[in-house]
Amino acid sequence: MYTQALNTAETDDRGLEDAGRAAQFQARIDAEERIEPNDWMPAAYRKTLTRQISQHAHSEIVGMLPEGNWITRAPSLRRKAALLAKVQDECGHGLYLYAAAETLGTSREELVDAMLAGKAKYSSIFNYPTLTWADIGTIGWLVDGAAIMNQIPLCRCSYGPYARAMIRVCKEESFHQRQGYEIMLTLCRGSEEQKAMAQDALNRWWWPVLMMFGPPDSTSQHSDTSTKWKIKRFSNDELRQKFVDATVPQAQYLGLTIPDPGMTQDADGHWRYSEIDWTEFKQVLAGNGPCNRDRIAARRKAHAEGAWVREAAASYAAKRAHRQTAQAAE
Amino acid sequence: MATPNTPLWEVFIRSRNGLAHKHVGSLHASDATMALQAARDIYTRRGEGLSIWVVPSTAITASDPTEKGMMFEPAESKIYRHPTFYEVPEEVGHM
Amino acid sequence: MATANIEVSETPLVLYALRRADDALILGHRLSEWCGHAPMLEEDMALSNIALDLIGQARELYSYAAKAEGKNNDEDKLAYLRDVRQYRNLLLVEQPNGDFAQTLVRQFFYSAFADLYWRAMMNSCDTTLAAIAAKSEKESAYHLRHASEWIIRLGDGTDESHARAQAAIDHLWAFTGEMFAVDDGERVLIHAGIAIDPGTLRGRWLQTLSDVASEATLVLPQNDWMQQGGRVGRHSEHLGHLLSELQSMQRTFPGLTW
Repeated sequence: MYTQALNTAETDDRGLEDAGRAAQFQARIDAEERIEPNDWMPAAYRKTLTRQISQHAHSEIVGMLPEGNWITRAPSLRRKAALLAKVQDECGHGLYLYAAAETLGTSREELVDAMLAGKAKYSSIFNYPTLTWADIGTIGWLVDGAAIMNQIPLCRCSYGPYARAMIRVCKEESFHQRQGYEIMLTLCRGSEEQKAMAQDALNRWWWPVLMMFGPPDSTSQHSDTSTKWKIKRFSNDELRQKFVDATVPQAQYLGLTIPDPGMTQDADGHWRYSEIDWTEFKQVLAGNGPCNRDRIAARRKAHAEGAWVREAAASYAAKRAHRQTAQAAE
Repeated sequence: MATPNTPLWEVFIRSRNGLAHKHVGSLHASDATMALQAARDIYTRRGEGLSIWVVPSTAITASDPTEKGMMFEPAESKIYRHPTFYEVPEEVGHM
Repeated sequence: MATANIEVSETPLVLYALRRADDALILGHRLSEWCGHAPMLEEDMALSNIALDLIGQARELYSYAAKAEGKNNDEDKLAYLRDVRQYRNLLLVEQPNGDFAQTLVRQFFYSAFADLYWRAMMNSCDTTLAAIAAKSEKESAYHLRHASEWIIRLGDGTDESHARAQAAIDHLWAFTGEMFAVDDGERVLIHAGIAIDPGTLRGRWLQTLSDVASEATLVLPQNDWMQQGGRVGRHSEHLGHLLSELQSMQRTFPGLTW
């Protein structure tokens, strides 16, 4: 998902730590207790969470770019306001998540620097381009739909600050998917050209959206630890299947065709999708998607061009503190 | 070059008159005025607040979770502090 | 095939509403260009909030203009199907974002005016305009607070930020005169108690600017030669590019609902 590269969770190194404390820690997790920032935790738990939460935060921030690409071109004032509010929400979500990650002891600046240096991952989905207005509808409908699928279980994650951030995010995000679906519905009820635009967007986004849930369970070896720590509560394939089952009827309602001719419904009602192209997924994660370089370049540019502003604010704060100290001394 | 850290602030919001301020999250700002503005822009976009406090995160002193036993368990046995400890006949009415 | 421009019957009242609506939309659009690119996440949030306030004001004013005109126009036709020569906004608000200092100085100049303007307009005898003014005044008051705090920090921050803020003030100063100008049509509305005379606000506006500039160790220019033209559709070159982006969907796909 937004943290899909996490399937490389830290291996459990509790053997090196106090075995008694580790056992107590696991007992708390098993009893569904929440872990809070100052509590003792295994180093691998801290590291895994720092990485997962910061990846999630980076995804929100980089995720502003593909949709932000259409804020200035939204086709009506109502759509413009809704899209701007949505992209702004994503910024807010990134901010909540960085704050949650910081409670584990790494500063936001350090986390952001790692992302800008290309050392930290973000969701592969944001490395695809938004070419038409229908892409904005599709992202809201499918990308946010997939994200919600993943984020609802995270509201019960064992780490308190992450779970609380997710509750806030889920509450705010409830309008995002509806916004996207409404755009799709308008297109599908519109002209032939608009319907074609909607179908084209679905064709381009469908497979990358399925990849958002991460590699298949058969190949991800480290989910065990995350599951044991109750960071992850469902496997990649479980969530992916849940998403597909929820989405197919929505596509049917729109009159759109899922670009998977091999898709069938099984006896239990589940929609079985064809093999996903994992080579493409690996390439995109490795930095070779259509927009990876543009996305990082845009974030680096904003960061570099903002440096003098941040310096000015810091310098003013220092001057003012100095003046206040001087005044108090008089 | 590593980006210099901007101070971290904790944000508390009173959502309705009569309620206490509640911790809602954190943010980064260079000084208190900017922190207050940022808190307004980040945490009250959906009409969540009537009053905001911002506190430098460094100003918070927290209890040590490893001292939980010593800090909080002694209170658990003082059941006589709770009204249900005392028996009052029903006919006396609500008390 | 591109969609033709709509025609607008610009009675004094329609023109009045269009001018304010265009100010709000164009400035809101400019600020929305920052979303995802601000110097810090906290400012992405702040600038987007201001943009959303302004787009909201624009929508109410366009709807009012359409109603006052009484033809078949609506907020979207007015925003998306008028050409650069039909736009009536101040030259100030169409100026490019430039660096953060330029964006904030532009915001500061405009918000210091809008705050006073909408507060005075709350007494308009037109109840719709008075209601729009009451809502816009609260929003503008916050925009002014936000911009002022930044002007102070940029002016009294580092040498670089000071230089950038001063350069932005010097650059944008010539676009401020237009805010206080009034034409004959608008004078009729002023006499009727529908509009207020912005000329009366200039003293207080200047006072706000001087107070903030002095705390920010910045200097206001002495030059009082002012650029004019936005109110009658004689714009800078920048507006055409902005509109070609803003209107691209409506122009490429005529007459569709989105």
